[in-house]
Amino acid sequence: MIVAGAFTGAFGFIAHNPGFLATKALELLELAGAALLVAAVVALPAGIVLGHLHRGSTVAIGSSIVGRALPSLVLIGVFLTVLGIGFVNNMAALAVLATGPMLTNAFEGIDRVEQDLVGAARGLGMTGWQVLTRIELPLALPLIFTGIRISAVTVVATAPIAAVAGGGGLGDVIVNQASYRLTGVLGASICVMALSAGVYLALVGVQRAVTPRGLRVTMVPEVQRGKESV
Amino acid sequence: MTRFASGPVIPNFGQGSSCVRGDHTFCWDWVRSHWSDTLAPALVQHLELVAIAIAIGFVIAFALALFTHRAHAFDQPIGVFSALLYTVPSLALFQLLVPFTGITTTTVEVALVAYTLVVLYPNISAGLRSPPPDVIEAARGMGLTPRQILWRVELPLAVPAIIAGLRIAVVSTISIATIAAFLLPKGLGYPIFVALGAPTPFKTEIYSAGALAIGLALVCDTLLLLLRRILVPWASPRVA
Repeated sequence: MIVAGAFTGAFGFIAHNPGFLATKALELLELAGAALLVAAVVALPAGIVLGHLHRGSTVAIGSSIVGRALPSLVLIGVFLTVLGIGFVNNMAALAVLATGPMLTNAFEGIDRVEQDLVGAARGLGMTGWQVLTRIELPLALPLIFTGIRISAVTVVATAPIAAVAGGGGLGDVIVNQASYRLTGVLGASICVMALSAGVYLALVGVQRAVTPRGLRVTMVPEVQRGKESV
Repeated sequence: MTRFASGPVIPNFGQGSSCVRGDHTFCWDWVRSHWSDTLAPALVQHLELVAIAIAIGFVIAFALALFTHRAHAFDQPIGVFSALLYTVPSLALFQLLVPFTGITTTTVEVALVAYTLVVLYPNISAGLRSPPPDVIEAARGMGLTPRQILWRVELPLAVPAIIAGLRIAVVSTISIATIAAFLLPKGLGYPIFVALGAPTPFKTEIYSAGALAIGLALVCDTLLLLLRRILVPWASPRVA
């Protein structure tokens, strides 16, 4: 009874405050998007170059292992003390979380391209750049996208926690039960859940669309990598 | 922040050393004087939250993997379910469980166990299915029953995959357990949560609790690596 009442109240809260929740969701997506962009600009080129050179596997693979051991709350706290309260500290903390999966997957995607194919391409007279852009990158695309997807879901799922460090967004509602009551907290939690599931499904769709037809196989969710420090 | 506003305000500005009052980068004297009343209890609680979650999660995941070992019909639904569970933010999951189990340790454990299942089940299941068909054929040829094949062939060969899953599960559970502080005054997340809620976030508290959480993860990971080396010394020495 109480359970049903709580969730009815939560959906009531969502129904009565769609504009407010949409604004908060947009705030969250802004923070998550900025963090993801920063991480992508750093991690993807680094992973691709290291994979192409077959160097630095320790760093590339270690980064997501270390990333998993870094609790998001600790990162957010540490960046708050270094960068002060606001947008930048949270963006930096989330960007660090997003780096690991993208770096590892970009590296492994390129590094694991069959060496016969690379050898054949070289035999045809392709330069290193051509091998990278015409052979390795297209073949690595599914794995690179897996990395982007894991990072994106991680960042969106972690962003609500940033509310304790001035991150705003839907997390503001979740951590403020005094103002929004349990119904508001539950309503915002449902929104956060829907948001990250939506991001996941959307990226699975994009991943399917960008995967070269010859490489399409049944999608296996990347569950074995586990939940990346959310 | 809100629920715990009445909790102890740490640091007590005005009483501590000049380092604490000035909120310098790191005050060893604060760590020393608050080890026994803040950091050590938080560490023990954290370990407790994680140990219970891993133990229950492992038992459920193992039973489930044995159950679905020969029933491939369950693979698809379980895969989809865990992929979606994987996207649920921990903060939201804790809150969404509150109407069912209240603001209790049970709520936290249910969420943590759910996350461990997402990691442990696929690893155990894949591990049990990893022996090549030749090996199974040979075992059958030697007259082993399906049950004997499971316990004497498939399970020992699955140990590296199971430990790999445990490593991921333990490290990520240690990380997620810090979020429990949003619900309960428990674990290493709580000192950080309190410090962040203070008008001036107290650096030493954030750094020391954070270092303990990361250190705990690294120690547990190393212990599991050692366990693998003892149980299956033949497994490849490749890290990760």
